[in-house]
Amino acid sequence: MSRNMRWLVVLSLVTIVLVALAACAAPTAAPTPTTAPAAATKAPAAAGGKLEMFSWWTAGGEAEGLAGMYAAYKKLYPNVEIINATVAGGAGTNAKAVMTTRLFGGDPPDSFQVHAGLEVASYQPDKYLQPLDSIFASEGWDKVFPKDLLTLLQYQGHYWSVPVNIHRANVLWYSKKVFADNNLQPPATFDDFFKVADTLKAKGIVPFVMGDKEGWESAHVFETVLIGTLGADGYRGLWTGKTAWTDPKVTTALNTYKKMLTYINSDHAALTWDGAGQYLIDNKGGMEIMGDWENGWFQSKNYTGYGYAPAPGTAGIFDALSDSFALPKGVKNPDNAVNWIKLAGSKAGQEAFNPKKGSICARTDCDQSLFNAYLQSAAKDWQTNAIVPSVVHGAAAIESWATKYKDIMALFVTSGDVAKTQADLQAACKDAGICK
Amino acid sequence: MADPSTPLSVPRVQTASAAPIRPTRWLTFDRTVSLLLIAPSVLAIAIFVYGFIAFTGFASFTRWNSLVPDFTLVGFSNYQKLFDTTRFQIDLRNTVTFTILFLILCLFLGLVLAVLLDQRIRGEAIFRNIFLFPLAVSYIVTGVVWRWLLNPGSAQLGATGVNLLFDKIGLGFLKNGWYTDPSIGIKAVVLAATWQMSGYVMAMYLAGLRGIPEDLREAARVDGANEFQVYRHIVLPLLQPITLGAVIILGHMSLKIFDLVVSMTGSGPGFSSDVPAFYMFDTTFRGNNFAQGAGIAVILLVMVAVLIVPYLIYSMRTEAET
Repeated sequence: MSRNMRWLVVLSLVTIVLVALAACAAPTAAPTPTTAPAAATKAPAAAGGKLEMFSWWTAGGEAEGLAGMYAAYKKLYPNVEIINATVAGGAGTNAKAVMTTRLFGGDPPDSFQVHAGLEVASYQPDKYLQPLDSIFASEGWDKVFPKDLLTLLQYQGHYWSVPVNIHRANVLWYSKKVFADNNLQPPATFDDFFKVADTLKAKGIVPFVMGDKEGWESAHVFETVLIGTLGADGYRGLWTGKTAWTDPKVTTALNTYKKMLTYINSDHAALTWDGAGQYLIDNKGGMEIMGDWENGWFQSKNYTGYGYAPAPGTAGIFDALSDSFALPKGVKNPDNAVNWIKLAGSKAGQEAFNPKKGSICARTDCDQSLFNAYLQSAAKDWQTNAIVPSVVHGAAAIESWATKYKDIMALFVTSGDVAKTQADLQAACKDAGICK
Repeated sequence: MADPSTPLSVPRVQTASAAPIRPTRWLTFDRTVSLLLIAPSVLAIAIFVYGFIAFTGFASFTRWNSLVPDFTLVGFSNYQKLFDTTRFQIDLRNTVTFTILFLILCLFLGLVLAVLLDQRIRGEAIFRNIFLFPLAVSYIVTGVVWRWLLNPGSAQLGATGVNLLFDKIGLGFLKNGWYTDPSIGIKAVVLAATWQMSGYVMAMYLAGLRGIPEDLREAARVDGANEFQVYRHIVLPLLQPITLGAVIILGHMSLKIFDLVVSMTGSGPGFSSDVPAFYMFDTTFRGNNFAQGAGIAVILLVMVAVLIVPYLIYSMRTEAET
């Protein structure tokens, strides 16, 4: 190797290292202090600048609903540029991880989506979020949201997010044709349920369809059985420590559920909830317990022959899940963010969002003519029923607990071991730090 | 799937070529250059592989079980809880079942196919390619296809897939619930995995068979051995290194299996087709149990290491001998 050649090699190496260093340095230089822009945007008039909204609504009715709300916001504040920051992925699994990084890293969006209820606890609200108590008071929201919902929203005595929509989890869907052919009424109690189921079984129809391929569906059905057995207060107490998981009523619920499982379709483990719904459409199945997203699915299939009733034993109780928006501390566009929060809780905002998403308003004063028949009936129940939080859908318990609960109930479908399942449920409650 | 010993041999070749130029000084110019050239990848691997392994190990001893990191050390309690969890116990059992069945089926089928193809038949290339093709398919695709094939159907909506086939050819008694039957569960996934990987084992064995000189067999035949004895006493012993390689490759794949299970069955009824990797994903990203997820990752790493490390030592030793 000649001397010149050597220096050429050295020179190129140095260049490579420098380029690499520059590439590494660039990202660390980018995040400028976050307080400066916040101060800067205060100067111009309130209705300018940007609004960054973070959610996992990327497709279908929910994305349309979000777009509807953006349109409503644009009408009020035409000069604000809306940045639609979304991270795809079912139930927000990926989005939550990204959101946490941004929040704890000091780069929060102006507002973000969070399931109403205990999920807000995982974001350390006292440190990273602004309480919305004053907005709730000034907008008069404590009068338009049902009382039970307001209780549900509070964490450490403050409101941290504003709910935009409500879904109901405890709905029994049934095939009207199958029920009419056999002179049946939708069952109100578990005894009725088993009578109906026996009749259908004798006719060669699957009495109770389930699709638990993903595991959570089983936990979802059991949640409604728990509500139907323990009542609203007893069920709520399970998640706050007031009701013990060792309660004999939980044993009863497990035994009831075990009996219900003897009526399900043989291919339940191969289907998801919508695949199981096909049994109703084909008039080969009688009943299914699922949340009211099933309503939207039936409509997309042009199926109209379905009826709905509260799940057995849960008449007068509304098992709710809800999406809400929160306001982080240190946002870049504080005024725009507050306007967004106000819109999300307003009648106009909720009416723009919910008909498209296929859910009902969290407010009780929405114009019902915008909604279809099922949603109107759900909205009526929403005003009068006792409201309980859904655990499978993130409203009742912290996620680590909810996941364990799901696993335990998915296992129960095959094991049928009541005593062990109850012990496991108790242990999960202890792990979560609620039970002693 | 490269031979794990290759990266180890690379630096040696470089230093060997660099040494003779100026033996008096340790840090010769050429040596400096080669060190500089290796440095970036060594650094990257140190941080992004071993650094993160160390961090995962550390995280598994903490109380980090929510979105907010909590690095309070709690000793082995995460592992203790993990081994007490029914789901994890089932997962470990599934992994053992899967690995054993998958290895036996793949090695057996691969060997049979390779021996058959080795008979110098006409159209060998066509068959070889047909058997190899499944390897080119992604696990996700395999999973979806086999989910449909093994869908049991139901009494009300009629049989589908393989069950329908059984019905039509008069083998109705063979019909069963496949992956929806908790007693089958993971074994249905073994079917799909075997379909995909046995062709690969066949290719390995075929290469091995072609490497055995014909005179050895001839000599055995002259000594009066029949065809079975030739394979039993000559061919199979000579194929041993291939078998070992196949066991290592298939074994570590089956320990880490994730995508096939997710796309084909999910956790299955009563977690009958669940695997540790899927549980890790579930508990970490759905349940936010980061410490527990890290614990599962460490256990997986140990399991794979138990399989790979002896092989690495073995191959390094044989390399040193040659």
